[in-house]
Amino acid sequence: MRVKYLVLCASLSIALAITGCKTNTEQGKSSVSPVDMVASGEPEVAELTGAPKVPAPVGNRQPKKLIVNLVTTETEGIIADSIPYTFWTFNHTVPGSFIRIRVGDEVTLNLKNEASSVLPHNIDLHAVTGPGGGAAATSSVPGKETSFSFKAINPGLYVYHCAAPPVPMHIGNGMYGLILVEPEGGLPKVDREYYIMQGDFYTKASNIKKGLLEFDNDKAVAEKPDYVLFNGKKGSLLGANMIEAKVGETVRLFVGNGGPNLTSSFHVIGEIFDNVYLEGGSTISHNIQTTVVPAGGAVIVEFKCEVPGEYVLVDHALSRAFNKGAIGKLKVTGEANPKVFNAKTLSKH
Amino acid sequence: MKHFGFIAAVWMSIGLMSCSNQENNPVEEKSFADHFSGTVQNTRVNTAMAYIPGGEYKPFYGSDTSLVKVEPFLLDERPVTNGEYLDFVKSNPAWQKSNVKRIFADTAYLHNWSSDTTLPEGANADAPICNISWFAAKAYAESIGKRLPTLDEWEFVAMADATSPNARSKSEYSDRIIDLYLQKNRQFNPVKHSPPNYWGVYNMFDLIWEWTDDFNSILTTGDSRSGQYEDKSLFCAGGATSATDILNYAAFMRFALRTSLKADFTVANLGFRCARDTVVHLNK
Repeated sequence: MRVKYLVLCASLSIALAITGCKTNTEQGKSSVSPVDMVASGEPEVAELTGAPKVPAPVGNRQPKKLIVNLVTTETEGIIADSIPYTFWTFNHTVPGSFIRIRVGDEVTLNLKNEASSVLPHNIDLHAVTGPGGGAAATSSVPGKETSFSFKAINPGLYVYHCAAPPVPMHIGNGMYGLILVEPEGGLPKVDREYYIMQGDFYTKASNIKKGLLEFDNDKAVAEKPDYVLFNGKKGSLLGANMIEAKVGETVRLFVGNGGPNLTSSFHVIGEIFDNVYLEGGSTISHNIQTTVVPAGGAVIVEFKCEVPGEYVLVDHALSRAFNKGAIGKLKVTGEANPKVFNAKTLSKH
Repeated sequence: MKHFGFIAAVWMSIGLMSCSNQENNPVEEKSFADHFSGTVQNTRVNTAMAYIPGGEYKPFYGSDTSLVKVEPFLLDERPVTNGEYLDFVKSNPAWQKSNVKRIFADTAYLHNWSSDTTLPEGANADAPICNISWFAAKAYAESIGKRLPTLDEWEFVAMADATSPNARSKSEYSDRIIDLYLQKNRQFNPVKHSPPNYWGVYNMFDLIWEWTDDFNSILTTGDSRSGQYEDKSLFCAGGATSATDILNYAAFMRFALRTSLKADFTVANLGFRCARDTVVHLNK
């Protein structure tokens, strides 16, 4: 019985190995496993960006040694309509800086907790294979800096977040961001790329500072947020902050969801996603209207802009968009395309 | 022999004071500790101490059913201040910032002091001392015949609000503490400017984090047989699996801080207060 099982396993792995080789040859890529890829050269400081911007694509480059510097802060910021809220952040922004690397990169992550912080913070990167995603290794009291290194071995779009207890509070205050691990050779080229991250916020008036909102534990436990926001602020993608594209351009959105609790039903009104990297992984689905972005998860969506206009980005659990702020806009400019869409109304004379 | 007799007498007098303190009157300490100064000197030792009768309590981390016994002890009614620490380093040059051995305190030790024996510009002498390591806090305590409170002792006292010894079941208890914890730069305020708790102890939450003698015991000396205290349990959702009071976010914050500390660390909002055994304990 046991022997039979072993034989079965062995033949299966051979079959898998053959398939693996085939795939690699087909794509014309190296057959070196990510673990064995060599990151050469001197360490370079990685380019980091705040939402909605993303760093330059990795393109065709070889694996590198990279240094990612993050600072954790506790700072007042505007959550909506001039109302201040005490955010906790990575690199002063919600969401935190976008990190862009490739498979095989060796990353040294330095996490400095600002001296003026009250609390300890750390980082758990879902792109990391290892205990806690780095959380225990990076637990930093105010004023201290910690460091750990990892090798990116799985391509995909991943969430990172603070995992210091009480975790829901650290995430609820905005301590999350995205790290993109591009496959060898990089993602296919597109014309525009943007970084959007949803989060649910639970607020109450501070008893100590008038007018200031702070985290409400009871509402968080009940999962009843006051705000569901893109990029940590109501209106962060509206008005002058709309993201933009031109007719004929391809757009790629890196969409994450920090949570801490809600799952997003991400939708762009008036667009159909040509490609969706499901849950930020390697499976690409096509012709999708609304895609799920789990709390602590992410998705990559791509579409071509065919018709000018303003396209509304929402969590299609629509009370969140209509009442709680989960709304943004993509402004597409260029020539009208009546073959695809014709808004001419028939007028009676 | 003579020495022993003296110590016994002192302890007895403390014991008397302790008894009279059962109504939450802090014990006024005289120059008792001068006799225990040994190689370290401290002249200002008059911090009043509150008598804590001890008892059984449910630790924040551990199994639901196991209660921990806390013996009676004395706890400083407030944190050690800048002024007191200044006196300490004047009497003990080894703990001045330019002399301190690096293994006992990191480079941020008293970094904001204007000189070895000058407080930071604008610092309030009555504000709690911060930027000191566990080694430094321990040395200070020993210099006046005291010690640091254990984690259990500190948390036992921390259960109290103004009117009850154990307010953990009150929803506003944790909320109030979190409100305080969210305020920055509280450590620059003077001690004893807010009301005391049930035991007559001030400033447990509103100014600073505090060192405890066994601050990182949750990682190293917990009940390893049961595996309940593995350090991984403190991170991410794992922290929830071994906590007895999952809604006590304030306690999570304290434990998060403690488990991130090393004994040589000095932090801008981390100070300490001292404790001491009572006669009751010593006579056993």
